[in-house]
Amino acid sequence: MTTFIKANFKVNYQDFNFDIDLQLPASGITVVFGPSGSGKTTLLRCLAGFEKSGRLEIAGEVWQDKNKFLPANERAIGMVFQESRLFPHLKVRENLLYGYKRTPVDSRKLHLDRVIRVLALENLLERGIQKLSGGEKQRVALGRALLTSPKLLLMDEPLAGLDTQKKVEIIPFIRKIEQELSIPIIYVTHSMSEVLQLVDTMVILKEGKIMKSGPIEKVFSDIHLRDAIGDEHSGAILDTIVLEHDIEFGITRLDFMGQVLSVPLQRIAPGEGLRVHIHSKDVSLATQPPEGLTSVLNILRTKVKKIGKNVGYSVDIELDAGRSLLATITRKSLSNLNLQPGQSIYALIKAIRMVHENENL
Amino acid sequence: MDLHSLDYGPIWLTLQLATVTMVILLIIGTPIAWWLANTCSKIRVGIEAVVALPLVLPPTVLGFYLLIMLGPNGWIGGPIQTLTGSPLSFTFAGLVFASTLYSLPFVVQPLQSNFESIGKAPIETASSLGASKWDAFFSVILPLSRRGYLTATVLGFAHTLGEFGVVLMVGGNIPGKTKVISIEIYDRVEVMEYAQAHLLSAVLLLFSFLVLVMVYAINKKLPVHVS
Repeated sequence: MTTFIKANFKVNYQDFNFDIDLQLPASGITVVFGPSGSGKTTLLRCLAGFEKSGRLEIAGEVWQDKNKFLPANERAIGMVFQESRLFPHLKVRENLLYGYKRTPVDSRKLHLDRVIRVLALENLLERGIQKLSGGEKQRVALGRALLTSPKLLLMDEPLAGLDTQKKVEIIPFIRKIEQELSIPIIYVTHSMSEVLQLVDTMVILKEGKIMKSGPIEKVFSDIHLRDAIGDEHSGAILDTIVLEHDIEFGITRLDFMGQVLSVPLQRIAPGEGLRVHIHSKDVSLATQPPEGLTSVLNILRTKVKKIGKNVGYSVDIELDAGRSLLATITRKSLSNLNLQPGQSIYALIKAIRMVHENENL
Repeated sequence: MDLHSLDYGPIWLTLQLATVTMVILLIIGTPIAWWLANTCSKIRVGIEAVVALPLVLPPTVLGFYLLIMLGPNGWIGGPIQTLTGSPLSFTFAGLVFASTLYSLPFVVQPLQSNFESIGKAPIETASSLGASKWDAFFSVILPLSRRGYLTATVLGFAHTLGEFGVVLMVGGNIPGKTKVISIEIYDRVEVMEYAQAHLLSAVLLLFSFLVLVMVYAINKKLPVHVS
């Protein structure tokens, strides 16, 4: 992982202290997650050059520190805002070209026809902004930002104002931008489910501080995850590979670190990747192999790695299955089974959620 | 009413005065309004009050101070006299200066509330797309401000057309130089020439009405504000 962004920002408002120290990779999608008021937008504003504070280094180049401040219009950064912020006095085509015209000719790497193709904008070009739907507006805003050939794309809750249908329309484009145009993206959101399928690196903010940051598998298998993101999404994110389809039983088998997981039939070719989310409360533990004794299909051999702190009647256990997995069990069970770190244990997985483009919204 | 007997001098002079004043007001009113809309400075309140003063001050009071300021011994009239040989009081240039001050709030206030309603978002968006501050102002803010500028221009222009007290104090009543419509009407009434007064008043009334109709018609057709 090459470090691309080194940021150190301090901003003080009346009752809000924003103080972060962040390093992010040169590729992939980084999701910045946090409740409102946690400083997500402040982080983007600092990166974009709207706040004079701290230090920022991008690809070895200092953009701001005590003596230097590169103004927003000279930063090779594209920004997509929540409310699209298209210029209402310009048509779609003119909106798209606004930044392109202001990008020095030798810095222009992306051109109109390519962006139109990637974002499927052919039929919108001559329309006025008032005649666009919410989803179309965001696609145009995305295209407008891309046409400045940015080295980094910032997205501030770009899907927040859209309904599920419209979100489904946009998300594939975001992945496409990252993959086809290889532009790293920093994506800010307060909705975890919106972006699980997109995220490579996760940054969790709370009250102006970074609670956690790192690759998604790591952040989501941390035993203290619940504190940071709440119960709803607590559980490991695992990247698996499709092994085979069992048409008779309507099942797809996945390879996960040499063990097999079964999920409902997926329309994905063998050899392709599939990201799954296993909520900690869907994982039970057994000290003996329960084969033939249970209807649970997915059983993984694991080792107890860490035992978390008690939360009421339950406790989180971090398991090692090649990658980390989280299980929430009762304190009573913990005591009955007398679990110790290092002990072998079977994880019974009652539900697996597929995280791909059109689901989990 | 006999249009041939009408003395067009005051009408032309009035239009000239209002036009020149408006051009100056738009040039100086824009930065003042922009600054007031965007600043967090402590002196903002003071500047706002100064700009609004002509709204509440009796025109004769403003005119009186201007007369002294622009006269041969005033802060402004004095140096001007040494430079050009004559003071600003009782000249067309003096009238322009006085009208500009007098109509300032009618231009600055609509522009300021226009800039405030547009907010910082469009300019930040434009700069994220590579536009410098000036570029962003001319390519985004100005086109989004058409309604605001239309209102400011009409209010400022109409207000300058009808001013009386300040003009009388600063400019006096010199035909071809400082005698504008409102003063001409007053003169006619003084000498009991009601027919002439009627004609001039009707011209001013009709003109103001037509301008307003035009403004509302254009305003209706203009695209809406930032969505």
